Amino acid sequence: MLDASSSLRSALSHRWTKSSLYLVGLMPFAWLFWGAANNALGANPAEYLIRATGDWTLRFLCLTLAVTPLRVTLGLPELLKHRRMFGRFTYFYVVLHLLCYSWLDMGFEWADIARDIAKRPFILMGFSAFVLLTPLAATSFNRAVRWLGAKRWQRLHRAVYIVAVLAVLHFFWMRAGKNNFAEVFVYASIMFVLLAWRFFRSSLWGYFLRVSGFTR
Amino acid sequence: MRGNQFSKSSASGFVHPLSSEITPQMAYTQRRNWLKHMAAGVAGVTMAAWAAREALAQTGAEAVVRTGKLTSLTGAVSRVSGANTMEKITTYVDASNYNNFYEFGTDKSDPAKYAHTLHTKPWSVEIEGAVKKPGRMDLEDLLKLSPMEERIYRLRCVEGWSMVIPWVGYSLAELIKRVEPLGNAKYVEFITQADPKTMPGVRSRVLDWPYVEGLRMDEAMHPLTLLSFGMYGEVLPNQNGAPVRLVVPWKYGFKSAKSLVKIRFVEKQPINSWGRSAPQEYGFYSNVNPNVDHPRWSQASERRIGEDGLFAKKRKTLMFNGYEAQVGQLYAGMDLKKLY
Repeated sequence: MLDASSSLRSALSHRWTKSSLYLVGLMPFAWLFWGAANNALGANPAEYLIRATGDWTLRFLCLTLAVTPLRVTLGLPELLKHRRMFGRFTYFYVVLHLLCYSWLDMGFEWADIARDIAKRPFILMGFSAFVLLTPLAATSFNRAVRWLGAKRWQRLHRAVYIVAVLAVLHFFWMRAGKNNFAEVFVYASIMFVLLAWRFFRSSLWGYFLRVSGFTR
Repeated sequence: MRGNQFSKSSASGFVHPLSSEITPQMAYTQRRNWLKHMAAGVAGVTMAAWAAREALAQTGAEAVVRTGKLTSLTGAVSRVSGANTMEKITTYVDASNYNNFYEFGTDKSDPAKYAHTLHTKPWSVEIEGAVKKPGRMDLEDLLKLSPMEERIYRLRCVEGWSMVIPWVGYSLAELIKRVEPLGNAKYVEFITQADPKTMPGVRSRVLDWPYVEGLRMDEAMHPLTLLSFGMYGEVLPNQNGAPVRLVVPWKYGFKSAKSLVKIRFVEKQPINSWGRSAPQEYGFYSNVNPNVDHPRWSQASERRIGEDGLFAKKRKTLMFNGYEAQVGQLYAGMDLKKLY
């Protein structure tokens, strides 16, 4: 057990690990790009691209949010080295998602897009999540942390919890039209566990226990 | 309009010529081009090999393009107004692999994957309710009830995509006249197959099963309303609603119930499955209408599957899916914003 953990830890800090993970993260993009160019995305490639980029955004968001719980519970401090990359991939795929929607679905008709955001709650949720993620992506480098100061930087980056909720709502509302919640439930459960873990470790939970008289 | 070529009718003793002789040149040239496209690699390797063979065979002016996989079922060119759009026909591959048929799963590739389990033999359709002649009709009898026609219809899905499909069947009106509805038959309810053993999707609770649809009597009697048994010159593949389905081209696709087992004549407006599941999103009429948006997406435009390129602007959706001249009068005086 100890051996397995220490070899995993050394694998996580191996000098090739980061670049390998980077390539793995680009693979969905490479597949979608190849598929679109070779007409291999089925009968409705536009729909396929919009959905796949949305799926990959959700997956990378889950991965990013899983880093801290896994790091703490499994004792793998090296995981932290890769969190920023996961976060950037989340933003990369959400930009592609938004681009596919505004281009393939809306033909860059800005007035239509604005109307769509105002009119449809699921688009509003998705768009808000994107807007909230933007300052986080813009401050995902070391100098930004120094500029902001670690405390303020961390407080800003807690916005990702709101993004997680908005992203799940976006997916839920989109699927609600067809009563098709199986996949939504999977992502919602993962996000719930990841956020609940944080909540129970936070001072908020301690505060709740104190005021309700469970602990002193 | 192709129909204008015909002055005689089968009623006046006119014998249908070989379908090959009556297919206008434009239609079959178009189809041959489609085959060549497929041969050029749009479809899979096997399909392409078949298509190349078929394209060669087509030099003898054959009317209907078939996959060669299913039993042939051909029909004479329909003389019903609006039943022969000259638009480019969607490839068989797309039309049979991109389907909404929740009885086999919610993904659009699920029906093609899982519908092979559906048993279509034996099959019968129960006629019940306010009719003089209720009873069970075997598929064999239904097939013989009226001459088969080929009708090329636009199909517009409520999700914002469309296809052009050559169906084979006859007007539902032929069947309705045969069973003699009573005066209180104001609506027709269509009940479809829901067998959890052969339809994996029925085990999930996405919708209340069986899937039910309905039409007002005048809509059901409209000559464009098709009782379909085939497409692309063959019997329907399971994933497209075999062995018998409804096709109502001026309404969103979900109104065209698949794999029918019961047709009921009723006095009150039936509650259709999607209407029951989300009444604020799916109305009873569900006529294609670019001016009434679905709450989740706009209905003003659509993407034609297989034709509109990835970066092409979506095409404008037409009122009643382009069948306004034929069906507009059915809704005269109705507020279609309220009765959507």
